[in-house]
Amino acid sequence: MSSPMHARAVLDREFLEMRAKVLELAASLDRLERAAGDVVDDPRLKLLRQAIEVLSDDRDERAERVQLLFSRPYTAEWQSQFNLTPRQPR
Amino acid sequence: MYYIDPHIHMVSRTTDDYETLAKMGCVAMSEPAFWAGFDRGSVESFRDYFRQLTEFEPKRAAQYGIQHFTWLCINAKEAENVELSREVIAMIPEFLDRPNVLGIGEIGLNKNTRNEATIFLEHVELAVKFEQQILIHTPHLEDKYQGTRMILDMLCDNSNIDRSRVLVDHVEEHTVRHVLDEGFWAGMTLYPVTKCTPQRAADIVEMCGPERLMVNSAGDWGPSKPTAVPDFILEMRRRGHAESLIRRIVYDNPLTFFRQSRSFNYQPPVWDEPAEV
Repeated sequence: MSSPMHARAVLDREFLEMRAKVLELAASLDRLERAAGDVVDDPRLKLLRQAIEVLSDDRDERAERVQLLFSRPYTAEWQSQFNLTPRQPR
Repeated sequence: MYYIDPHIHMVSRTTDDYETLAKMGCVAMSEPAFWAGFDRGSVESFRDYFRQLTEFEPKRAAQYGIQHFTWLCINAKEAENVELSREVIAMIPEFLDRPNVLGIGEIGLNKNTRNEATIFLEHVELAVKFEQQILIHTPHLEDKYQGTRMILDMLCDNSNIDRSRVLVDHVEEHTVRHVLDEGFWAGMTLYPVTKCTPQRAADIVEMCGPERLMVNSAGDWGPSKPTAVPDFILEMRRRGHAESLIRRIVYDNPLTFFRQSRSFNYQPPVWDEPAEV
């Protein structure tokens, strides 16, 4: 299932909103630089820069990839780490 | 367009909100038990809360022509108190035959801890024992992906669970396919900042299709918007989607899911019947 809207119509409708969001992000990064102190080594800043790279690449599913970037990893062995045994084996 | 909000916490909302929702087309809602903003101290607090959900809220909603249904549990945020959680789980059956109780919920994980997982599994056992439907909360922000996968592991390990009777809520772009691919229902929560916006929920419908998918406001005492479902309807219309598709997500799908509960005695609005010619 796809969007019923033409790409031109999506851009026409959302350009100003997208422009505003990019501008807000740019201003936030400027604000960080102007502020006293240093957060260069803060892992959150690194994640934000990685997310910005995701927005700039040509691959699809950017929203999902950004979500995963900001997510704690999942390991299939979590139940044994918690010493929780499945009630019924699959 | 008439719609059903499958997840909203009306104990935290004013009567004015009921009136507004009715004016916007809300004809039914389901209210899962959740965290009050503070940890409750005793099982009696929960007994009073369950009375509010099963006695007072249905009457308040009915004043505006809205049918109110509910789900019972102790929320994952309070599951670190395992002793209290077990007392609450033992008390829940007192309320399962109340006329507006649809099942057990919203159970789930919060910080994905061992105690949360233990209490989640005990809630699931309760639901299976009493043949109840299940409504599931998935964690917030950075904990969502890991917690959702853990929840799906626990559900899929139990062959006694009918997946068509389980709704996994608060899905987003990185979790929705995992939920749908395992055969569960998925709910998208429309929040102003966290979770989904109406625009992103519409994107997910376009990417995944309408099968076993719903939207809700999860309106509560925090930043939230009880009229978020009409916002989603408007967004879908602005994109040119068919009314039948929109109605499927906001009305038909919740009906299909809820009708699996023996307590779902839903009366469609009388004005919904075809007019005589």
